[in-house]
This record gives sequence, structure tokens and C-alpha cells, in this order.
Amino acid sequence: MRSSRVWPLLLTATALLWAIPFAWMAVASMRPGGAGAADIASLLPAGPFGLDNFRDAWTSGRFPLWYFNTVLLCGGLLAVQCVTVSLAGYAFARMRFPGRNTLFYAFLLQLMLVPPILIVPNLTTLVALHLYDTLAGVAAPYCASAFGVFLMRQTFRTLPAAYEEAALVDGASRLQIIVHVLLPLARPGLTAFAIVSVTSHWNEFLWPLMATSSPSTQVLTVGLASFTAGAEAGSEWGVIAAGTFFVAAPLLIAFVAFQRQFVSSFTFSGIK
Amino acid sequence: MSAASTTPHSVSLAPSVIAARRRIPVAWAAYGLLAPSAVFLLAFTYWPVVQVLFGSLTVKGFRGEAHWGFGNFARLFADPHFAHAVRNNLVYAAGTIVPSLVLALGFAVGLSETTRLSSALRAAIAMPMLIPLVAAASLFVFIFLPNAGLLDHYLAYVGLAETNWLGDPSMALGSIVAITVWKNTGYYMLFFLAGLAGIPGDLLDAAKIDGANAIQRFVRITLPLLGPTFSFVLIIALLNVLTQVDHVIVMTQGGPSDATSMLLFYIYQQAHQNYDVGLASAATVVSVGFLFALSVVSLRSLERGIHHEV
Repeated sequence: MRSSRVWPLLLTATALLWAIPFAWMAVASMRPGGAGAADIASLLPAGPFGLDNFRDAWTSGRFPLWYFNTVLLCGGLLAVQCVTVSLAGYAFARMRFPGRNTLFYAFLLQLMLVPPILIVPNLTTLVALHLYDTLAGVAAPYCASAFGVFLMRQTFRTLPAAYEEAALVDGASRLQIIVHVLLPLARPGLTAFAIVSVTSHWNEFLWPLMATSSPSTQVLTVGLASFTAGAEAGSEWGVIAAGTFFVAAPLLIAFVAFQRQFVSSFTFSGIK
Repeated sequence: MSAASTTPHSVSLAPSVIAARRRIPVAWAAYGLLAPSAVFLLAFTYWPVVQVLFGSLTVKGFRGEAHWGFGNFARLFADPHFAHAVRNNLVYAAGTIVPSLVLALGFAVGLSETTRLSSALRAAIAMPMLIPLVAAASLFVFIFLPNAGLLDHYLAYVGLAETNWLGDPSMALGSIVAITVWKNTGYYMLFFLAGLAGIPGDLLDAAKIDGANAIQRFVRITLPLLGPTFSFVLIIALLNVLTQVDHVIVMTQGGPSDATSMLLFYIYQQAHQNYDVGLASAATVVSVGFLFALSVVSLRSLERGIHHEV
């Protein structure tokens, strides 16, 4: 059975091919030598190594500001989303009211009519609301999340109704029940949502590019694009590799550390 | 297919029991809970669709006066740049979706058993999905650099001459496709892995006992049972094809000579560079139309797919 040896080999080789851009990023970012080093394309990790490229990238880009803006955007947006998706998810999971199915499908429409497609009208709205060139404006179209509502609806459905009934008998209001009884139990669903939300907004480019204009509101992706364009002109490939590392590293490290949690969040199975 | 049997209409809890005890009518309470989401959906999903419809039908005259008409659409469909963008987008769709789905399925099947090696390889293939598309573009700018770049450097060893991967109109779209396949395959693989994990092992064992070989088992059992996963991944992939042009914006600006322009890039260009709101709105209406059609066809299967694991 020769084929039983060939396939794993082919599979391993292809998978290693997938890692080459990251391998180059790692090797090139640590290889000093400045612009136009002759061995810049080599993947062989031959020394000497140094962190000069990281220092150059850090000082020539505005990484502290971009990190701050991105963390603020992702964190603030997630906080608002947690409120909107929990409340709506609860209503769709537990309450019966006229138009429920129609409304549910109207909500799901946002899975398709994603904000990047609607940049032209949404910019007009941002300007009218005086939110243009603010991080709040970048976050605004995502404050409601059809995906999150769906995820929380599924999560709430798996929780036994007995908890709520007991709390209702004790005279708790519906909001109190959601906040104090259901949300602690729904933590796996919220975690899955948080991972997907932070990943997608950390990585988003087109909308933050369109919705901001001044350097002080730039996020990591927008900053990296102009940073790369500048460094490309000087053929500073090692510095570009280091800058790309700064942008990509936080999520890559989180992924390697919490691989199972990430995978189950992305395939929506963290809500069993 | 039991995995997909939960329909959205099967709520069997007893909301009426809960509702009976409430002072506020349950419907109003429900609308109140939906309101925060609804406000944002109204402002940033429904209203923009209405707005863009009006915008596309508003034609600006020479002296600044506006009137109704299909002038923007007439200009749009007469614009060769738009035709290029649509054609490129179709090529891009076929060129990215077919290879990335085939590769994703292949990786999933090959790496479905958990060993130390296979989980390391799975991680390697999944990692591109976690970095921004602009970060991928920053890496590939060097990979595709003519002569000194990574690709040409190693292709020189097998005697291939330098190629202007992003600057040659016949290569540029292919290069953009390659980045997308690299970036998205891992994401689709995760869904196939989840789908494979949902296939009962005794079904495959029984077929094995009955004498079915590996290929027969794959074609007759695995593939049909992955049907819902396929349609779900296909929808996500179609959505990505229409909504992700970050690499085009930072790497090629739609060029050379429109070779990598796509629908959303065209919209971006009209709005951001030419300030032609009428044309941008008309093009947005076209892509909203695409997505709306896709939603009508697929929302049910998307919804099933979202919780095919639940």
C-alpha cells in the first residue's frame, strides 16, 4: 500500500506550504540588515538575529495609538453588543409575540446585508449624526448583531425554564432575570460571540478606512496599510514583516493558546 | 439528516405560563427588549437600503437640480469599468470558491483524526483566517515582489524567470485569488471538520464490514452527509467574494488596467475617489440585489448551518 504513505506526505507538504508566509514573517522580521538585504527572501533561519526591525517599525508607525484605538473599538463595541444581543436573543428565545418570525428573519437579513456593502449610505448617516471620524461611528453599524442575536437565542433555548419561573415567583423582573439568572448560565454563548466579534472587528479594514479621516482615529489595519505603503517605497521588507507581526500577533497568540475555544466559536459549536 | 432538524418554529418552552404572571403585556415587553437592536438595524441596515435606492434613482442635472430617473443605472451599465468589475468578480468567485472548498474538504478529511501532527497542521492552515486581510496583503506584497520576492526567489531554483505577479494584467487577478484561497481555506476547513465529526462512526464501520472501500465510503456516505455543511460554506464563501476587497484596495487599486477591480472596489472607487454618489448608489443597489437574492435562497439553510452543531 504505497498510497497510504504518499497521502500523509502530500498533506503535510501542503499544510507546510500554508505556513510559509508566517515563516517568512518570523524570519524576515528578526533578520537585521536594513533595506535591500540580499537574503531577504530566504526562509532559512540563519543568524545573526536582532530586534532592530521591530524597533524601527514601532518608532516609524504609531503602533501605541493604533493598538489603543483598536482595543477601545473592539472592547466598547463588544460591551454594547452584549447588551443588544442578550436582550433580543432572550425575546426571540423565550417570548411569544405577534410578528416574531417575521422580525427574526428581518434581523437575520443583516447576516447578508453586511455594513461593508452599505458604505455609501452609511457614511451619509454618520455625517448626519456627527459621528464621522470617530470610533463610535466606526462601531455604530455593528452595535446590532444578527449573528449575536441568533447565537444568544440558541444559548437561551438550551437553558431550563425552571430557573426563570422560580425567579418570577420570587417577584424578579424580566431584566433582573436576564442579567442575574440567565446571563451567568449563558457564558459559553457570550464567550463564543466575544471571540468572533473581536476577531472580525480587529481585522476589519474597509469600513474603518472610510469612516475615519484623521490619523488620531486610525485603527491597526488602517495604520498598517499606510505604514506598509511607506515602508514598501523604501524596500524595508524586514520592517514591514515586523509591523505585520504587531498587527497579527495578539489574535494569533490567543488562537494558539485557546485553540479549542476559538474553533468551537467559529463553527458555532461552543453553544452546546 | 437529524443534525439539521431543529427549526426556528419549534420553541416548546412555556412562555404563556411566564406571560400570565406579568403585568406588562408580554408583546410590549418583547418589543422593548428588541428595541435596542432594532434601532441600530433601522439606522444602519434597513434605512441605508432605502436611502441607496432613492440615491440611485436621483439624477443630478447640469445646473445641480435633481430629478427622478434611471440615468444612474444607464450610466452604470454603459460604464466599461463596471462591466470589468462584474466580470472580474465572477472569475474571482469561481477562482476562489472552487479551490478553497476542495482544499478545505481535503484538509478536513486528511486531518480529521486527532494526532499531535494533525492538530499542528490544522492550526497552521487555520491561522491565516485570524489575521487581517490587509496584514495578509502586507506579507504577499513581498511574496509577489518581482525578482527579489519570495516566490521568484524560489521559482528561480527551478529555472522559472521573474514574473510581475501583481503588475501583469494577466497574472494580477490570479495573484489576488491566491491570497484569498490562502486566507479562507482554513475557515472553511473548520466547518468541514465539524461536519465530519457529526457523521456517526458506526455508519462508516458498517459500510466497511459490508466491503465498501475508502473511496466508496467517502463518495456514498461522507459526501452526502456533508451536504448541509457544503451549502452553508458556499453561502459564506459567496458573501466573502462580494464583501472583501481589502487586498485589492491596498495591493493593486483595481489595476493594472482594471484587471483586479471588483464590485465593492468599484463602489469604493466611485464614492471615495470620484465622489460620484449616483453611480456608487446604483452599483450598491446591484450588489444589494445580489445579496438579497442570495438571502432569499439561503437564509433557511444559513440558519440551519449556523447551528448544525447544536
